[in-house]
Amino acid sequence: MVAEVGQFALILAFLLALIQAAAPLVGAHRIDPVLMALGRQASLLQALFVIAAFAALAWCYVACDFSVQLVAEHANTAQPLAYRFAATWGSHEGSMLLWVLILAIYGGAVAQFGGNLRETLQARVLGVQGLVGAAFLGFLIFTSNPFLRLDPAPPEGVELNPLLQDPGLVSHPPLLYLGYVGFSVAFAFAVAALLEGRVDAAWARWVRPWVLAAWIPLTCGITLGSLWAYYELGWGGWWFWDPVENASLMPWLLGTALLHSALVLERRGALPSWTILLAILTFSLSLIGTFLVRSGILTSVHAFAVDPERGVWILGIIGVFTGAALILYAWRAPALKTGTLFQPLSRESGITLNNLFLTTLAAVVFLGTFMPVFIELAHGDKISVGPPYYAWTFAPLAIPLLGLVVFGPMLTWKRDSWPALRARLRAPALAAAAVGLAVLVFGGWRHAVAVAAIALAAWLLAGAAAIPGRRWWAGRASLGRSIRTTPPGVIGLSLAHAGLGLLLLGIAGVTAWQQDTVLTMQPGQTTTFAGRTVTLTSLELVDGPNYQAREAKFAVHGWAGDYALVGQRRAYATSQTTEAAVHVTPLGNLYVSVGDPQDGGIVVRMWSHPLIMWIWTGGFLMAAGGLVSLSDRRLRLGAPVRTPQLQPVPAAAE
Amino acid sequence: MKRLLFITPVALLLVVLVGFGLGLRRDPSVLPSMLIGKPLPTFVLPSVRAGDGGLSSQALGGRPALLNVFASTCGPCLIEHPLLMRLKDEGVMVAGIDWKEPAAQGAAWLAQHGDPYVLAGNDPDGRAGIDLGVSGTPETFVLDRHGTVRFRVVGAITPEVWSQTVEPLLARLERES
Repeated sequence: MVAEVGQFALILAFLLALIQAAAPLVGAHRIDPVLMALGRQASLLQALFVIAAFAALAWCYVACDFSVQLVAEHANTAQPLAYRFAATWGSHEGSMLLWVLILAIYGGAVAQFGGNLRETLQARVLGVQGLVGAAFLGFLIFTSNPFLRLDPAPPEGVELNPLLQDPGLVSHPPLLYLGYVGFSVAFAFAVAALLEGRVDAAWARWVRPWVLAAWIPLTCGITLGSLWAYYELGWGGWWFWDPVENASLMPWLLGTALLHSALVLERRGALPSWTILLAILTFSLSLIGTFLVRSGILTSVHAFAVDPERGVWILGIIGVFTGAALILYAWRAPALKTGTLFQPLSRESGITLNNLFLTTLAAVVFLGTFMPVFIELAHGDKISVGPPYYAWTFAPLAIPLLGLVVFGPMLTWKRDSWPALRARLRAPALAAAAVGLAVLVFGGWRHAVAVAAIALAAWLLAGAAAIPGRRWWAGRASLGRSIRTTPPGVIGLSLAHAGLGLLLLGIAGVTAWQQDTVLTMQPGQTTTFAGRTVTLTSLELVDGPNYQAREAKFAVHGWAGDYALVGQRRAYATSQTTEAAVHVTPLGNLYVSVGDPQDGGIVVRMWSHPLIMWIWTGGFLMAAGGLVSLSDRRLRLGAPVRTPQLQPVPAAAE
Repeated sequence: MKRLLFITPVALLLVVLVGFGLGLRRDPSVLPSMLIGKPLPTFVLPSVRAGDGGLSSQALGGRPALLNVFASTCGPCLIEHPLLMRLKDEGVMVAGIDWKEPAAQGAAWLAQHGDPYVLAGNDPDGRAGIDLGVSGTPETFVLDRHGTVRFRVVGAITPEVWSQTVEPLLARLERES
């Protein structure tokens, strides 16, 4: 019954999406307020029905309704409630429904909160969103219906892949989708602007919060995915250049570029057609991310639901949307008002350089990911592209970009002078040099590359601190007030750039100083590893809700004090997973993963990961910076006309 | 001239789409190999596990066998690993090549996760892998009793690939003389 309600809701949502696509586009063309209002209503209703469909599917999972085929294939009664719920998006169909859910919610949000937009622009944005929504709802209903029934219903379902039964995985896909799908709003804004033939500072001001709203969850999602891979896959890596990881990295790189170029467009009216192109490409890469996982074009750990027919559908969607948008771009963009020119030494040119690097990085990842496909088509040879490719291409491009990050916020808009810039950069440069020398004493010339990377991280951190720091130093006479009046946007910028510094610190530390060992340990045995003594105190079998585990307890004595670690090797009905024991400290982690029994003991693999926690701390700090920026009212208040009455007049001091 | 610049993105998209479209027609997990129907190339590999004799192509005759290429850094290898463990228990001849890494790493991986291989060899520089046309791990060759390559699976042997393709093929090869 519930499944049928969900099915109907989905079909109604599809029809509403068609209305949402047609009515406002026609309405905006004819300047018909009734049609445009109809578009807004359709978006809100569509969101409501997709939410209903999603809730229906989630209910089927939670209630273990095995007469629904999808539920029978991805959940069983032994699975804890939280993971039964999370299994809703653990399959191809369910995750596509989640995709559509988020798309519909974003569409509804534009209809609900976009009241300060130009009415025709809002209508066109909603229309484009409706087109995308209709395409994906059609895809869902016609090729991947989540509500198919099974007759007779099996008494018990098949368990969700145990690797996916983890808190990290519960939130990882929704966050990534919030990001991917969020870029659809930027895409809709870009297409709407091309249809209107008008791209200006006001447009950039409207689109920036939406880009930020997509970028924040995407950053969190990528960071969380990396964290999950670290502790769940049981071999201590944090990034593998797997095609699906790359699929999330490409929109992130372009989305970051878009955030910055939209800033230039908002402040200086420059780079209009470039910003539009970035908005289109960012969403296209998000679609390609979806395509990659589902089409079976590449093999990957993540590749579930390999089915060429679905691949053809998604390829069609990518082709139609990106193709139409780019054709529109080729037709309309040359006629757009060209941006204002700027001096070679100015914040605009700093950001242009940033965009150049970020776009090139995205292209490098794109080539690395898809080269195997193209080489095979051309020569019939199969090749694999692995970490060495990225070490030779990604790193040399990323390092200058990281060095440049500090320059941007220190430059003034329009034009700047070298002596003034040098004076502003003196403090961060001194800090970086001091940290570099200190680390050189500790690490020695053997680790010169890591030392340089840590100095670069210090440069980033000091540069980030200098952004509000300089402001506060200038207003030190009344420090309290100058801190209070610092716009959240400035704090957010500083936090995000500092996050990048921490990320680099973590990468440098773990790349240069990682150690590992493998040995068989008997209960009671003690070993020394990376400055710690590790004792296996007990080894026993324990029962979990839907697994049996061999549990090893360790007592560790080391520079971080004495502590206990518990590692498990879990046997589920269908497969095994490793629950690594990790002791986290700011200076480094001890990572212990237990394997199979051997000679009355157990195989133990240990890693020392110096500074690794800063990788994820940095990622989350970047996202936090984004959140702080998003809280800036200057961003949320779209049209400048509305702002005056909301600007509190600063009280005259004393 | 300027217009040409704005058309470039569309042109690039077209190339990518055509590539993807053609790419879709191939299936990356069950690609035919140049070796199918041909005898296994000759190789003699040193051991992965301390104290065993390694793996040579001569040793893979007499009965149908699976030749599985793996590495300790390979995530998807863990997906097919439970299946290989089960096959070992069922008495299927499974041989392994530890590809492009020092033997110690492969041995550690086997010790940690369990060792499904009757015979296993180490191919640290990927030399034998080149003769076999290995593109990455995991990859599995199905051999008949004469040591002829009959099928190749690129990527993990998923339950579907196993039950629909490899299992029936192995059963047929068992019956062949």
